[in-house]
Amino acid sequence: MNDELFRLTINDARAALRKREISAVELTRACLERISATEPKLNAFLTVAESEALTQAQAADQRLAGTQPAPALCGIPLGIKDIFCVRGMRTTCASRILENFVPPFDATVIVRLREAGAVFLGKLNMDEFAMGSSTENSAFGPTRNPYDLARVPGGSSGGSAAAVAADECLASLGTDTGGSIRQPAALCGIVGVKPTYSRVSRYGIVAFASSLDQVGPLTKTVRDGAIMMHALAGVDPRDSTCSARPVPDYESALNGELRNLRVGVPKEFFVEGMQPAVDDAVRATLKHLEAAGATAREISLPHSQYAVATYYLIATAEASANLARYDGIRYGFRAEAEDLNELYHRTRALGFGPEVKRRIMLGTFALSSGYYDAYYLKAQRVRTLIRKDFEAAFNTCDVIVTPTSPTTAFRLGEKTQDPLQMYLSDIFTISVNLAGLPALSMPCGYDSDGLPIGLQIIGPAFGEETILRAADALERSGSIARRRPSAV
Amino acid sequence: MPLRMAEAKISLDGVRHVARLARLALDAQEEAKLQHDLSSILEYVEKLTELELSGVEPTAQVGDAGTPMRDDVVTNEPAADAVLANAPAREGFWFKVPKIIE
Amino acid sequence: MAISDAYEAVIGLEVHTQLLTRSKIFCGCANEFGAAPNHNVCPVCMGMPGVLPVFNRRVLELTIRVGLATHSQISERSIFARKNYFYPDLPKGYQISQYERPLCVGGYIELPTGNGAPRRIQLARIHLEEDAGKNIHRPTASLVDFNRSGTPLLEIVSEPELRSAEEATAYLRELRSILRYLEVSDGNMEEGSFRCDANVSVRPCGATELGAKTEIKNLNSFKFVEKAIKHEIERQTAVLKAGGKIMQETHLWDPERGETRPMRSKEYAHDYRYFPEPDLPELYVPPELVEQIRAQAPEVPAARRARYARDLSLSAYEIDVLTQEREVGDYFEAMVAAGIETKAAANWTMTEVLRASNESTETFSNAVPPPAQTAALLKLVAQNEISLNAAKTAFAAMCKSGQDAATTVKALGLAQVSDEATISQVCDQVLSAEADKVAQFHAGREKLFGFFVGQVVKAMKGNANPKVVNEVLKRKLAMAGRPSPSDLPSSGA
Ligand SMILES: [Mg+2]
Ligand SMILES: [Zn+2]
Repeated sequence: MNDELFRLTINDARAALRKREISAVELTRACLERISATEPKLNAFLTVAESEALTQAQAADQRLAGTQPAPALCGIPLGIKDIFCVRGMRTTCASRILENFVPPFDATVIVRLREAGAVFLGKLNMDEFAMGSSTENSAFGPTRNPYDLARVPGGSSGGSAAAVAADECLASLGTDTGGSIRQPAALCGIVGVKPTYSRVSRYGIVAFASSLDQVGPLTKTVRDGAIMMHALAGVDPRDSTCSARPVPDYESALNGELRNLRVGVPKEFFVEGMQPAVDDAVRATLKHLEAAGATAREISLPHSQYAVATYYLIATAEASANLARYDGIRYGFRAEAEDLNELYHRTRALGFGPEVKRRIMLGTFALSSGYYDAYYLKAQRVRTLIRKDFEAAFNTCDVIVTPTSPTTAFRLGEKTQDPLQMYLSDIFTISVNLAGLPALSMPCGYDSDGLPIGLQIIGPAFGEETILRAADALERSGSIARRRPSAV
Repeated sequence: MPLRMAEAKISLDGVRHVARLARLALDAQEEAKLQHDLSSILEYVEKLTELELSGVEPTAQVGDAGTPMRDDVVTNEPAADAVLANAPAREGFWFKVPKIIE
Repeated sequence: MAISDAYEAVIGLEVHTQLLTRSKIFCGCANEFGAAPNHNVCPVCMGMPGVLPVFNRRVLELTIRVGLATHSQISERSIFARKNYFYPDLPKGYQISQYERPLCVGGYIELPTGNGAPRRIQLARIHLEEDAGKNIHRPTASLVDFNRSGTPLLEIVSEPELRSAEEATAYLRELRSILRYLEVSDGNMEEGSFRCDANVSVRPCGATELGAKTEIKNLNSFKFVEKAIKHEIERQTAVLKAGGKIMQETHLWDPERGETRPMRSKEYAHDYRYFPEPDLPELYVPPELVEQIRAQAPEVPAARRARYARDLSLSAYEIDVLTQEREVGDYFEAMVAAGIETKAAANWTMTEVLRASNESTETFSNAVPPPAQTAALLKLVAQNEISLNAAKTAFAAMCKSGQDAATTVKALGLAQVSDEATISQVCDQVLSAEADKVAQFHAGREKLFGFFVGQVVKAMKGNANPKVVNEVLKRKLAMAGRPSPSDLPSSGA
């Protein structure tokens, strides 16, 4: 094996581990060393759990040496977005208000990954409470894009995307409420999968907007995404919204086939204001799909233009309630105060950052007496229309292809003064969450600055196999020459 | 940046009222900034009023229908230490807060 | 009953009752009273980041039982909502409750009115929610215990149809009785498993619009409910008479001062911002489940009252006493089923049984003998084996010892003597010892007959069969001279 073990994909590392060509401890050490080398530039990790990781790796090596077949992710070092509760490991959600919070329990997906033998390298940076599209809203400083340190990695799972792109971990966990897996995956040139709402348990994931949040993997390849999805998905008796549908073997769906795939291309997603390089790369990919036997046709998602407005009312309303528990009484930060009222007001004023406060304010307003019908309820009705648009579209196509983000990675500070401009960077991803559909982002080219461009493939509900198959076939076709990040 | 009244979708008093509901202490600068930001976002979401929505049902959730139910069995061991370990202030097995006046 | 001729009171009650489940409504923590603080808690009922609720099936079943017993419609599709407010005992900053589409709507409760038709009080709704934790107050701080957080609560809201403090209390008693009959709640006001908030307003008689109301909290006994409502009606009436205005506010009942006062913590603008709970999908109630619960539904107090009135010759008062608690009526019926005559069983239940259970700290079934044993005891009375007084003595002993009737009667030597020869002997002794009184008797002081009976009973330590004593004495006194024995008074058993 080469000495840069950290560059392995899950698929390759798995084979090498099973053949005992490498050990889990070696692989974990390689990642920890890579983290030490690159973190001063990136700031992708909020917590590096070196000793826990090595302990897990040793246990994995024992299982790999045993007579029983090793579980799916045995010895694979992963990074975990700091939104997942991991028993005994500090979980901050990138917020001062949870700076010292140590959960006494594991999120369900963490339990699953433990059972699958994975190694947890540590916790990854993010926008505070997953609210943002650039990871600049972290209370612990921004993460930088490994392709250009002056640019953002996207968000909110910016640490998860940057860490995988920079080979600090083989794959990572993220969450996606309005694009928070797909957009940073696009901006960092990796693969990010947002499953169907209810496909993966949300138990133990710090809630942002409960009807929109989904867990998913960020990986170096589509195949790795399929491997991770298999480990994550499935019913959970602790999550009432989690689907009981059986979980297919996603990896076996990757047959390289693109023939007869009906690709819908929504006309509303190719609009002015989009970066020309993005437009070009996506159109070139569509040509390639057609050359491989797929058929592309224009479709319409007429209510797309209302998605951002709808999303910011629903997501903030749910968030305003989800974040009410951070009150300084049972856990987390507590401000000095003379009386109870002051305790609440000061704890939350000092504990939350400006974007979180802005969204709590908006959500509280949208639910408040006299405004509920005009804002929250209206947004729910528009959500129905957006959902129906997709239902109609999937009568005529198998997948929908769009750019993931209208631009490549933007500069730090470029959009922080204008929240609305920041919100609009999620314009292509948000409607998918509102409709609860699965979608992924994969690299489809680079702009003139060498910054990655992401392609979004959207499927019908529980159509993960279809979008993974299409993306894998595209990836294997070699039409997109992958470029390593240059800044790390 | 000061707002002209016609632009303001929410008044300063409105901002203060919402902040009280949300238990957020704001200084004058934050109040003004939030008035501006919320107004511009609310201005943007006005576009929803273009739509004819009568007869359109609201969508609150997109998952499978029906609440799954658990059996009525006790599954938790008492673990006061684990839950109290994160307490900002405690007294014995209790969480401690400033005196509540009812 | 209006407090003043010019004004009438309008009262609605909101009752919160804890449900008798093993575990909490949304997590697997024990639902029990009295554990050490913060011991029956877990990440879910502590509102830790990322936790999610999972609904307890038993809670649904118990709610349907209450819905059916109150003639409510059970909604086939119902939803949970978040009710947002901040309080230290509310771990998530919102309570999972129901707002739109509650589980039960359109029910009513009928109050007995003595002889006339029952008074029907409509229910606005019955919905489910989770209980909060508990704050205790120390001189310089408050302490929070989350053991109660997540206990299943049923909120039963009446329409504002109650017109007096007495009627409100009667409604509350009937509701509590129903819940206890159904075994869904223990109805304990002191321990807080049955709580009542009262909405009280006053308006000029004949007005159709409601006046501004006050909501009174902290009513933890029936007595306080009645007192607080009375006080509030008087207070509001006085304000209105003086030309003042009632403020819509929340009051706290102060039992020490016997008055209500506005609550400071509720001065805060409350806007609960209800919205559908995204963590729980729509609650679907299968019609088969409702039918299954309907088929197994226990009898409710109103049905039992109607049955007694129809089938048994008991007074309204007796029926009321016998039916307030299910186990009391069950006891009475078990005695009748064991062959005790209705009136005797009713009397005994209302006096001896209720006394014994009230005097005991034990549960009802532990405080009194099994009804079969009490029936066996009363049969001994009917068969003249023991006297009624002896039975009372035996019953008191049985409550304490747990021994059966025959053993107890024997052990205490309470068996009644009916043997004529023995009684005749004692009569002879008494008559000869009281020769001068016998003479007076024959001289016309017929009242002395009772005296002789008493002397014989006394000589036999109360165990003589009075009927036999009567007969024997009549005979002996007649033999001893005039007058005719048929004119003499008799004393029945
Ligand atoms: Mg309530
Ligand atoms: Zn619990």
